Amino acid sequence: MLTIPTSHGLILAGIIFVLGLVCVLVRRNIIFILLGLEIMFNAVGLAFVVAGAKWGQADGQIMFLFILTTTAAEVSIGLALVFKMVHHFHTLDIDQADRMKG
Amino acid sequence: MTNVVFYIAAAVAVLSTLMVITRMNAVHALLYLIVSLQAVALIFFLLGAPFAAALEIIIYAGAIMILFVFVIMMLNLGPPAIAKERLLLKPRMWVGPAVLAAVLLSELFYILANKGGIAGIVEVTPKAVGLVLFGPYVLGVELSSFLLLAGLVGAFHLARQE
Amino acid sequence: MEFVGYIPLLPFAGFLVLALGAQRLTRPLVGVVGVGSIGASALLSALTAAGLLKRLPGETAFTKTLWTWIDTGGLHLDMAFYIDSLTVVMMLVITFVGFFIHLYSTGYMAEDKDYARFFACMNLFVSAMLVLVMAENLPLLYLGWEGVGLCSYLLIGFWYTDKANGYAARKAFVVTRVGDTAMAVGLFLLYNHLGTLSIQPTMIKASSLWPHGSGTLTLATLLLLGGAVGKSAQLPLQTWLPDAMAGPTPVSALIHAATMVTAGVYLIARTHVLFMLSPLAMTVTAMIGAATLLIAGFSALCQHDIKRVLAYSTISQLGYMFLALGVGAWSAAVFHLVTHAFFKALLFLAAGAVIHALHGEQDMFRMGGLKNRLPLTFWTFLAGAASLAALPLVTAGFYSKDMIIWEAYASPLGGYGFWLAAMAGALVTSLYTSRMVILTFFGTVKTPVHHPPGLSMTLPLSVLAVLSLTAGFMETPHTLGGVHIFSGLLHYALPETKIVQSRITLEILFQILAATTAVGGIVWAFFLYKPQPEPAPSRLPKSIDRFLFSGWGFDGLYDRVFVRPYLALAHLDKNDIIDRFYLALSQASLGCNRIFSLTQNGRLRTYVWGMGIGAAVVIFMAVTL
Repeated sequence: MLTIPTSHGLILAGIIFVLGLVCVLVRRNIIFILLGLEIMFNAVGLAFVVAGAKWGQADGQIMFLFILTTTAAEVSIGLALVFKMVHHFHTLDIDQADRMKG
Repeated sequence: MTNVVFYIAAAVAVLSTLMVITRMNAVHALLYLIVSLQAVALIFFLLGAPFAAALEIIIYAGAIMILFVFVIMMLNLGPPAIAKERLLLKPRMWVGPAVLAAVLLSELFYILANKGGIAGIVEVTPKAVGLVLFGPYVLGVELSSFLLLAGLVGAFHLARQE
Repeated sequence: MEFVGYIPLLPFAGFLVLALGAQRLTRPLVGVVGVGSIGASALLSALTAAGLLKRLPGETAFTKTLWTWIDTGGLHLDMAFYIDSLTVVMMLVITFVGFFIHLYSTGYMAEDKDYARFFACMNLFVSAMLVLVMAENLPLLYLGWEGVGLCSYLLIGFWYTDKANGYAARKAFVVTRVGDTAMAVGLFLLYNHLGTLSIQPTMIKASSLWPHGSGTLTLATLLLLGGAVGKSAQLPLQTWLPDAMAGPTPVSALIHAATMVTAGVYLIARTHVLFMLSPLAMTVTAMIGAATLLIAGFSALCQHDIKRVLAYSTISQLGYMFLALGVGAWSAAVFHLVTHAFFKALLFLAAGAVIHALHGEQDMFRMGGLKNRLPLTFWTFLAGAASLAALPLVTAGFYSKDMIIWEAYASPLGGYGFWLAAMAGALVTSLYTSRMVILTFFGTVKTPVHHPPGLSMTLPLSVLAVLSLTAGFMETPHTLGGVHIFSGLLHYALPETKIVQSRITLEILFQILAATTAVGGIVWAFFLYKPQPEPAPSRLPKSIDRFLFSGWGFDGLYDRVFVRPYLALAHLDKNDIIDRFYLALSQASLGCNRIFSLTQNGRLRTYVWGMGIGAAVVIFMAVTL
């Protein structure tokens, strides 16, 4: 049985992170932007856990926990903003909301 | 053999993430994202982090994704939404995520049957995580609670109708 | 006499109330505050006058120090008021005439939307004018001096939505500023040599420090004269006053006839010791006065706008006062100031009543026939006009002007030249006055009367008409009773005019001549402008008429000599290399602004791109370096 190199785990995290970033950059639907953010958060969490597993320490998982907390807070605010935006602009297109004082 | 399991899970994660960002429909994207999260959870499990894996499923795939579903459902009210939903339930909509999920499930069974993580990786038990979390990281826990409270208040304030 | 501080303070308080509470006060309340504060101030002035009279002759003046104003280095200035008979006369004129003009304004301005602003400015003006005449030291006088200038500016441009009014206000401000600057330099010079600026010590020190006709003193005095010339619209700074008629008519009456423009006369009378030490300054003053009274008088003869006639007439009458000051006829100058304040305020107010009744019509050639339509206005206007034309025996103007004409000849500094100028001026005065009366009130009706003036307007007219006719009786030449109440009072503050003995035999002859001139002018005017359906605009050749109409072309001259070269210079200066550099700088920063504002397009995705690229660069650097 071969062990998995840590670098492979980190590469996976990197791929997922870049996919999330591409989602944020390319999509105009605000729901997809939030999903992209989720993907990126998740990728970062993965990187932490991989690193924690390399040393056999709990710290990686704890950082993942904190990221989870942050994500939860971020999503709740983000979705509330989506509500506001739909209420105000009647669209989910983020490029429509480009004025300072809507 | 678990190495292969890792790479298959990784492939599932990347594939489903790709599907997420290319979907036009938010509900489909969510389905694929849940599969992606499950794949990552499986990888956590493989890496000897069962606690993180459980949280990934419960909080990410469970709670946070549910929030998204709520919001999407609330934005699509009325009769057109019902027609849309009928469309969503067509097989070609759910067959992709289902196949990927099935792959992951079989992998999980395989691991459980072989009782093994990846060789050379020490399992960090939930107990160990808990001890460190409420030991050196207790300040971080407090800060997280602040953050969650702020998120709660902020979301309440923003979503209120004037 | 503890209350003299309240005399300028009350109008100032009125100003504050009106300026700060303009939105909340009702119109009647605005009127009560605006008129009441001046009325109270007038009563206190009267009490002050009574108090001073009681102390005479033992105590000719008293000083009331309120607080230390400036105390720095060697300069010590008090917020102090100096009250003597000259001050009291000025105070009474300002507050009483001011009170009646304020009362009149409640009727005249009744329909104006900026009612409160008008009274706020008027109150501030009265306050500043009182500070001017009551000031114990020259800087305090200067404070009042600039204060009245400011109010003049604000009130000329009162109807600021019309660009021409704003232009007239700026013109008045800038032209008087020329004189004010000269005056400020004069004050610096006096302080530099004397070390004090309190008026009385300054005069005492000056007479002990400088010999008769000293060069420095003459320079300082001429600079003070410059200030007086600017404020009193004398040659060569007279051009602002006719344009100042753009303001509401009560403003013209109060500021540009009765009080502010006489500040120059007051200044010279107040610092008469300095002037008497400098024969050159005296001669210059007299010559300026004589020239101004003739030039302005001839200009008044060709005006069409009734207010402009009165404006030129004011300049001309101020010229008489300067002539009187220049020949040392101090009391005569101040006496004419007082009677002029009465009859010119009356004429302006009556003209205002006419304009008001004709809905803003100011051209005399479109008036006419108002004698029967506005009888009270006509009779009061006639009283003022008679006083201005110096109708013998029954008018105040006769006594004051006669005093000037006589002393222009008989005083040691006077002579035939000045006397002739004054006589010619008297003839012109009665000519243009009669022309104005005939054009306005006789002949056929050309513009219908909209609404006759109400009580708030007719009452001041009547009171001022009575004063215009009777105020002269407090000072008559000794050939006509020899009453000397006014000069007797003033001699506690101003020196008596010595009459050259050898000339005294001519007095009666000269008086008869003066009276004949005045009456002759009126009669001549009736032949020239006799009531007819369509009066000819002028009997003079067209070119001369235009020349006089434009005020002897001073505006055009100044435009060519000062304004245009200045504008050309400014234009040159605006485009020189330094300005170009700064222009380039500003344009470069504008360009940068445009580039950077492109990044702030409000699109979230652009920002994410920026962050992503930035993070990539940082990571790249962290990895490679």
